Amino acid sequence: MATITMDPYYKAPKVAGFADVPGEEKERLIAEVVADPRFHDYLYGCYECGICVAACPSARFYDFSPRLIAQAAARRDVELMFQQMQEDIWECSQCFSCLRCPRGNNPGGIITVMREVAVNNGLASAREALEGYSRIIYKIMSTGTQVSPDMLQPDAFPDWGPEVADVSESLALWRRALPPETHHTTTTGWAVADRTLIELYLIWLETGALDMISQVDEGLHMILEEVMEERLEEEGIER
Amino acid sequence: MTTVPVEMIKTKKERFDRVPDRRSADFHEELFRLEDAGELIVQRVPEDFVAVPTKYGVTKKIPRGHLWHHKSCGQCGHIPGYSTSIYWIMRKLGYDYHDPRDQTSCTAWNYYASATSNQAAQAAVALRNFAAAYETGYFPLIHCGTSYGHYKEVRAEIMRHPELRAQVRKVLEKLGKPLVMPEEIVHYSEYLYALRDEIKQNQVRDFSGIGVTVHPACHYYKLVEGDAIYDPDVYQGQRTAVVTGLATALGADVREYSTWFDCCGFGFRHILVQRDFTRSFATMRKIEVMKEEANPDVVLTHDTGCVTTLDKSQFAAQAHGRNVGVPVMSEAQFAALAMGAHPFRVCQLHWHSANYRPLLEKMGIDWEKAWAEFQDEVGRLERNEKEFSTWEDVGV
Ligand code: SF4
Ligand code: SF4
Repeated sequence: MATITMDPYYKAPKVAGFADVPGEEKERLIAEVVADPRFHDYLYGCYECGICVAACPSARFYDFSPRLIAQAAARRDVELMFQQMQEDIWECSQCFSCLRCPRGNNPGGIITVMREVAVNNGLASAREALEGYSRIIYKIMSTGTQVSPDMLQPDAFPDWGPEVADVSESLALWRRALPPETHHTTTTGWAVADRTLIELYLIWLETGALDMISQVDEGLHMILEEVMEERLEEEGIER
Repeated sequence: MTTVPVEMIKTKKERFDRVPDRRSADFHEELFRLEDAGELIVQRVPEDFVAVPTKYGVTKKIPRGHLWHHKSCGQCGHIPGYSTSIYWIMRKLGYDYHDPRDQTSCTAWNYYASATSNQAAQAAVALRNFAAAYETGYFPLIHCGTSYGHYKEVRAEIMRHPELRAQVRKVLEKLGKPLVMPEEIVHYSEYLYALRDEIKQNQVRDFSGIGVTVHPACHYYKLVEGDAIYDPDVYQGQRTAVVTGLATALGADVREYSTWFDCCGFGFRHILVQRDFTRSFATMRKIEVMKEEANPDVVLTHDTGCVTTLDKSQFAAQAHGRNVGVPVMSEAQFAALAMGAHPFRVCQLHWHSANYRPLLEKMGIDWEKAWAEFQDEVGRLERNEKEFSTWEDVGV
């Protein structure tokens, strides 16, 4: 008689809808998660009390549980953690309500680290989760402000009501009607100085943040790299 | 008889150690120790400050003036009455500030949405901004709750991990900037809370009949919780006092509802690419509960994402006949209105979606007249009689 030892929470890969990979690959990915310097600050074992689940917004609307994240990490359950990296982690709202954990865990923080590893390794889940998200990455990395007034387009936010169209129609004038001198912009949240932008580019390049983009969107990475290199060259900055 | 392989199980278990008392320690001591060791510079809070109590009893210094406004991309971009009101209040109260161009977003919205960044990059962005503030001599005031929360995370990481400090220092050296950490990381809602009596003294509109529900921002008081302001006089010190403390000081009727501690549903990536979740959570767990249990005239909150989520999510829910329809704004806009600010030329309510007109009427504001005044100003701009509206135009 076969003994069932499989974790009851583990969904077979074909059920979860992602391709399986060899065990060593999973071990490698999870080792990367555990090696993050923040990981040990985020995990102190788990009472299985479920307080984090009660506080978690994503648990209310998805098949998702911060308790499972903490438990899988505490047990180093490589299979389950890999599965979570393929779907669960992208359901988290990163609100950090789960910091209410009586054990002092930070399931949301563990998820941040798992996401970073998923991006760094170009996992299918990361590519899928970031589909349609490229323009945001472009905005933040190339202009220095993530949100700009001209993003308020009625076709991008049809569910936000007719006021979005009002804003977009009168955008330039309404921006000029703002008293703060830094607010007259339409393509950035505020006016960012040239020098500031160059410093930001150097940060992306020096810390490897730009390289991460190539794992999830090669085209975007190329465009960003070109924009940054060109600007640095103009300034005569050598790296 | 089966032998339970306890030893085998034990080898698979990790050992977890933690100090029994979960209260976060006062970080100042370590910060100053690092300064003494030449690891970083601590930018001191300006002399003129208000001392306020935080969650575990550590006193926090909130400077009154000489502030470097660390703006929020979501506020400036989509809710510009938010930042405009903060400046307007400072000007009205006569405190000086600097509104820098040498500032980037904290980039944490993107980080929490997509993880397309890393610990060192996030820390370097934060510390570049802190260094930029230090160079001007003005003290940073953080407008966004997420920037505030994320910067507190960065502070903890920088203090705890010498390798990260070394890595970030190297990056900053390339930019010609020193490694600076402010003595306190201050959120604008703490500033307004600390100055609530001065704001009250300048109140010109009666808010005694205004029903308010407060939504506290997760990244303000859940993320690195020890910094958040808790006041024995507000909720008996059991919940954060910001927003509520100010609304109460202004005489508004702050009402209870049962999902106060819930998130708004913003979700960082969800608001951008998976809004069905955001809309459902914001309306079903927050707005509808508030309406049913407290029927407020306005929802006040103190973070970029929360204002956007709670305001913008209502339109689709309304189309489905749900019990929604209440204006949402920051307590900065609310306080500015109390002090006589123009609802459109200062508070910029036309950028909001849920109907705010009944609220303005209840505040005694003739919104039709105010809108006509705003349109007149837009006309002047359109005819190029002036390039921009100015602070003088709005009386400060
Ligand atoms: S951070 Fe993620 S896991 Fe934690 S409570 Fe928020 S949504 Fe849930
Ligand atoms: S609140 Fe903490 S201890 Fe309780 S289930 Fe969640 S992670 Fe485990």
